[in-house]
Amino acid sequence: MSKHVVIIGNGVTGVTAARFIRKLSEYRITVISAETDHFYARTALMYIYMGHMRYQDTKPYEDGFWQKNRIDLVRGYVTRIDTERRLVAIGGGRRLSYDALLVATGSRSNMFGWPGQDLDGVQGLYGMQDLATLERWTTDTERAVVVGGGLIGIELAEMLHARRIAVTFLVREKGYMDYLLPAEEAELIRLEILAHGIDLHLGTELGEILPDSEGRARAVVTKSGEELPCQLVGLAVGVHPNTAAVHGCGVETNRGVLVNEYFETNVPGVYAAGDCAEFRRDGIGSRRIEQLWYTGRKHGRTVAQTICGKRTAYSPGVFFNSAKFFALEYQTYGMIAPRRPEGIRTLLWQDGERRKLLRIDYGARDGRVVGFNCLGVRLRHDLCEHWLLRGARIRDVVGQLRNALFDGEFAPNYARAVGDIFHQTEKGRAK
Amino acid sequence: MPSNPSLALTTPSGDFTRTERVGMALVGLGLVGLIVAFVGTGSSFPVLSFWVSIGGIVAGGAVLARTYLARPAGVDNNGIWFSSTTARGMAGWILGIVLTGFYILLYWAPSSLDHLVRMTDAMSYVLRGEAADRWFLYGLFYTVAVLVMGARMLVKYRDNPYQILRTISVMFFQLGLAFLLPGFLRMLNQPEYYFSYFWPLKYDYLWPGSLRGLLATPSGLGVFMVSWSVVMFFVATPVLTYFFGKRWYCSWVCGCGGLAETAGDPFRHLSDKSLAAWKIERWMVHSVLVFIVLTTALLWGNSATGGWILGSLSGTFSQLYGFFIGLVFAGVIGVGFYPIMGSRVWCRFGCPMAAVLGLLQKYFSRFRITTNGGQCISCGNCSTYCEMGIDVRWYAQRGQNIVRASCVGCGMCATVCPRGVLKLENGPRRGRYNGPVLQQYDAVSVQQSDAWLSSRGLMPPVHEDIPVLTDADMQGM
Repeated sequence: MSKHVVIIGNGVTGVTAARFIRKLSEYRITVISAETDHFYARTALMYIYMGHMRYQDTKPYEDGFWQKNRIDLVRGYVTRIDTERRLVAIGGGRRLSYDALLVATGSRSNMFGWPGQDLDGVQGLYGMQDLATLERWTTDTERAVVVGGGLIGIELAEMLHARRIAVTFLVREKGYMDYLLPAEEAELIRLEILAHGIDLHLGTELGEILPDSEGRARAVVTKSGEELPCQLVGLAVGVHPNTAAVHGCGVETNRGVLVNEYFETNVPGVYAAGDCAEFRRDGIGSRRIEQLWYTGRKHGRTVAQTICGKRTAYSPGVFFNSAKFFALEYQTYGMIAPRRPEGIRTLLWQDGERRKLLRIDYGARDGRVVGFNCLGVRLRHDLCEHWLLRGARIRDVVGQLRNALFDGEFAPNYARAVGDIFHQTEKGRAK
Repeated sequence: MPSNPSLALTTPSGDFTRTERVGMALVGLGLVGLIVAFVGTGSSFPVLSFWVSIGGIVAGGAVLARTYLARPAGVDNNGIWFSSTTARGMAGWILGIVLTGFYILLYWAPSSLDHLVRMTDAMSYVLRGEAADRWFLYGLFYTVAVLVMGARMLVKYRDNPYQILRTISVMFFQLGLAFLLPGFLRMLNQPEYYFSYFWPLKYDYLWPGSLRGLLATPSGLGVFMVSWSVVMFFVATPVLTYFFGKRWYCSWVCGCGGLAETAGDPFRHLSDKSLAAWKIERWMVHSVLVFIVLTTALLWGNSATGGWILGSLSGTFSQLYGFFIGLVFAGVIGVGFYPIMGSRVWCRFGCPMAAVLGLLQKYFSRFRITTNGGQCISCGNCSTYCEMGIDVRWYAQRGQNIVRASCVGCGMCATVCPRGVLKLENGPRRGRYNGPVLQQYDAVSVQQSDAWLSSRGLMPPVHEDIPVLTDADMQGM
């Protein structure tokens, strides 16, 4: 009887782990999910709602893929984990024994105890069930209020807007995502949001949500006392690790399921990875809890090695991420701080009219490039990563920039313009 | 609860603006004009019928295309899977039946179209110096569809230079080389020759009978046309495909492709993405290629031997090919099934030219779609909007370049990708098949980065701290 690996969660982390365990071993693999029968791309939830794709289009593998690769799929909610006898209980009286257990249960939407947050028509956006409730509440919604200036907030705003629902967007910060982005980037995104007809309120916080006589949200009240009538309230104020599955089974948790650099919990044979995991100390990942699609994928791949006997420490590599703010694409590589630290210089190119921006940060003393931000333009991941790993100098990067452009064919080439700005500022500094 | 409950039943796609209503009314007027002309009443006023029907459709189409301008530029596929027309709803099925029915009448009951044909006489005299026939009517409808829906493409994708140039190109080749020029040649009593179609798509262009007919024309033009046919297939096709991939023809020049890329754009997502469909596609399209090569070879063998060995066989082959492939597949199924099976059914499953170009593209070309490292989020927009049914995401999420015989290079995967992961490129052949490189993004050490660069045929830097990539090295990126 070969070893049995049970994976809780069929998101990108659990499924990537399952696929790599299959590549590396002949273990029996079972993936349990309460959300959907098959793996789908959570990143595409918005496109289902907007009518760009159907649910089946968001499944990265055909349904036959799992059987072909001998990965058993179980639909159900894990009710209890017995780490002594190595058993997982699933709703409906089913039990599975395991040799290795991977907890990859992802996140849940944050709720901060606002009055009215449990009313009908108030919800977050994380999984398929959220999409179902959103469909239900928005059949008769004319106005919506979205709270929270992160990536999910802006997606929710775009989704509702695409269904011709008027959206008011409440963002706590003074600049859009200014906790992550420098002022110029934040401003460009603000303009993009406004250009798409969203009623954006920066520096505004949610106070409470008011009910109607049937227990449905009818308005929100901001902390400054403004009342905004609406039929739907989207709460997109971040997510937190979903640790419900391991409660009471002896696996240590803090905000997330606590793991070391091998994604091992305190209990032998139990691993946790992806959004739900929290590193025990700093310096393992780029932060203690990593909640990106890309990090989930990388966690899954790494933990698969360890489960298959090749104990492998996680190393996050050069940071990268991407997003799309309405029509405005965003890519980032390396480290760009929202407020520039001492000893870091910035090279900033903007095409204001076309809403394009490229920023390269580099060390003032050694000239080594530390990060790239792109809005409305694209750079090659492989080359940027290479430059960052090798500690490439700004002068060389600017000189070779045209090789890194990844915009579509016939797009204007702005490499020379970036070079001109760089050389002008250098000349200015020399004087 | 909403302040105005009467709006509760309004679906988003039913919420039309005033401009949209005007556009739809004009198109509707044009369609009524067509019906009036079709049943015969309109043929008493052919010119009026012409202007009401064609004019209504063109004007209405232009007004509808303009509605994209009211919205910010960017990918605008909202509600495509909710619309009855574009999601195989009732409107889609009706449209499919109407289009299919038109082809059936055109091929097998042409007299039923006589009244419509008369409507276009005046225009035919102007363009060709003779009365219209059903093929002129068909060419006119085809060209109007490419131009009106092409204008829609230009507005819808106005922030994408590749889509704009490509659309202008197919509009130009359809209007100029597939509509105006052949008519003009007729006016001059020259052979009606289509310079934008080649064997084996225009299957009889390298048949011995056609060549003899062209060579027999009194002017030197026939000789030029024969040379054009031969050079375009044997020289230009491999050379252009080597440098640019199949797209130079399929999504920039070809009339079938032109219609698919313009009129077919609202239906591109309906193509079947399954592995099973891919299997059927490979068997079918290459079978058609074998069929036409065999037919052509038989005809030449027959011609060379004076007809005494293969006479009846080659005749049967060419007739069968003309009927099943030329008429039924390319026309009835190819266009009639747009709203049901997507816009490239013919190109994908049947076109022998696409098969030839595909083999060249896969094995002898610089073209590929490059995947941008680890940036794919597996959302599936690329696969959904691939009209050729390629599961683009399968490659993108592995960080692998897409090198597929069927890819026509329309660039829509790259256009709809929300993370800018895909780029159409004519790079050097080295490193074109790059394998699934995504694991390289676990690279944490300089050594791994160097190993990865080497695997792509790039020179790792010599010194620890200086990125000395030469331009020659970079061309592989």
